[in-house]
Amino acid sequence: MTFFKQFLGAAATLALTAGAAMAEPALIYDLGGKFDKSFNEAAYNGAKKWAEETGGSYKELEMQSEAQREQALRKLAESGANPIVMTGFAFGDTLNTVAPDYPDTKFAIIDMVVDQPNVESVVFTEEQGSYLVGLMAGMASKTGTVGFVGGMDIPLIRKFACGYVQGVKAANPDAKVVQNMTGTTPAAWNDPVKGGEIAKAQISQGADVIYAAAGGTGIGVLQAAADGGILSIGVDSNQNYLHPGQVLTSMLKRVDNAVYDAFKEGADLKPGIKVMSLADDGVGVALDDNNKSLVTPEMLAAVDQAKADIIAGKVTVHDYMSDDSCPVQ
Amino acid sequence: MDFGTIVEILDSAVRLGTPLLLACLAGLFSERAGIFDIGLEGKMLMAAFFSGAVAAVTGSAWLGLLAGVGGSMSLAMVHGLASITFRGNQLISGVAVNFLASGFTVLIAQSWFQQGGRTPQLSGHARFEPITLPGASAVKDVPVIGPLYSNLISGHTILVYVAFAMVPLTWWVLFRTRFGLRLRAVGENPESVDTAGVSVIRLRYTAVAITGVLAGLAGTYLATGLAAGFVKEMTAGRGYIALAALIFAKWRPVPALGATMLFGLLEAISNRYPNIDLGVVTLPIQFMQAVPYILTVVILAGFIGKAIPPRAGGQPYVKER
Repeated sequence: MTFFKQFLGAAATLALTAGAAMAEPALIYDLGGKFDKSFNEAAYNGAKKWAEETGGSYKELEMQSEAQREQALRKLAESGANPIVMTGFAFGDTLNTVAPDYPDTKFAIIDMVVDQPNVESVVFTEEQGSYLVGLMAGMASKTGTVGFVGGMDIPLIRKFACGYVQGVKAANPDAKVVQNMTGTTPAAWNDPVKGGEIAKAQISQGADVIYAAAGGTGIGVLQAAADGGILSIGVDSNQNYLHPGQVLTSMLKRVDNAVYDAFKEGADLKPGIKVMSLADDGVGVALDDNNKSLVTPEMLAAVDQAKADIIAGKVTVHDYMSDDSCPVQ
Repeated sequence: MDFGTIVEILDSAVRLGTPLLLACLAGLFSERAGIFDIGLEGKMLMAAFFSGAVAAVTGSAWLGLLAGVGGSMSLAMVHGLASITFRGNQLISGVAVNFLASGFTVLIAQSWFQQGGRTPQLSGHARFEPITLPGASAVKDVPVIGPLYSNLISGHTILVYVAFAMVPLTWWVLFRTRFGLRLRAVGENPESVDTAGVSVIRLRYTAVAITGVLAGLAGTYLATGLAAGFVKEMTAGRGYIALAALIFAKWRPVPALGATMLFGLLEAISNRYPNIDLGVVTLPIQFMQAVPYILTVVILAGFIGKAIPPRAGGQPYVKER
């Protein structure tokens, strides 16, 4: 019953440290869990980096159920933790009700905008990162057809898709992008079987690079792509290692940097919306030993050029969520 | 749309329809014996987890299969105990099985592998590899028959062929053996079976156990045949679609094959063509995803024939004194 031990441990830590109201930062992981190889683990890495650099300590709590959210937030706030960072849009509503009760505590929420005077909302420019991987996909594709597999059909995922298509078209204006969404319910985030079938359908339509922005479903997409002998692109964390030599790259969302920055600012955290863009290394592409052989010098040069152009404002990547439409298909 | 595309869609339909078929036959045995089973989803999930976990640890898909069937069987026995021995409400027991599997799998996966509630990726012998049937590459270039044989019929994992073989076997067991006659009788009129001196309890437990095995095969196919490992909630409602197929097939094995393959085909088409343009109207993907349920409701409402469930279904048997 490791889960119960962890929970008791966390509760005990809370109780012990409640007296010594030092302004320690705190981090709350969402239901995916601390070691999810993706989103939450990135947050943990950011906190770890901060702790190693400053020698400070921080509190952390792993959500085990939906019902714990409010209780966890209040407990941490009452224990004097400051700032309190939480990962995931699911905290939005809870934070909106809890934040006004603790005006002296600073909160930071990742992937969601909460409009309260003591909350920093961290959002990422996923369209820019997706543009870069789209550029690479367009250059790596030999058939001129690439694929995109989204998870649940929500505006955030369409934002990924739109940025990706723009990148592909920038590399090869004649390229065709086959787009699929896995579903319209949260089950679409955890359906690797369907993800694999969609990937196979895209392969049969000629796609030879497939970008998966679909959570657990993406694992099935990457697997089917590796089985089918084509390239795939991972998302959020570096997923290149899942199938070395067969994952072209991964679109990185630097949640670790967001957590690190928030911890570093401490109680002086600036409320408002913080956009983590390409310029702030908020998003990017993953390059490591696993995909070294796949990335040509031309690709690297094109990515660096596009990155510089986007930062300088010479190239603008359209954000789907700004007007709920995408100029390219 | 050329012939090659049609073969590919049919091929995908077979892969997507197979877990439904196994789960549907699983439900058929249970419901024919008078035990409603909405816990198919949970049993499949449990089997997916145990097969994925054991295959990852041992590196053998066959040991994974054993563990998957074992996991599914344990839940089947829980359901049997609740609804046969303790005469509880079968629907509530089924719901409990689903919830239990949903929570239990992620919890154990997390404490076992620390990967956020999934099992490690499977590779090599830890997965069921596609089997190339004899002569598949030889006839590949023969028009029409070639692609049909080498793409559609050959190249699936062993579990697919097992699933298809289960259809005539189920028919034979149910309609041509003494056991099958008794099994059907126990779902229609358990008193008569009891009067004939046959144990209702034992027959029903046997039926529930067969359900456990078949649902275990379905879950194992998901985790070690189609995907490469377990991911939380990876059954994604397939147990419920299998139930819908069971009603659609009116609790008969051969129509069950047709119903599940039809549902698989609908999913394969919607994967390939998210929005279908019919000239006048465009069918959105949501419509395609809803079609299995719409068809089931139409059947239940009695528009096309009549779906009559086994008469003693849902009622615990109390021996008269």
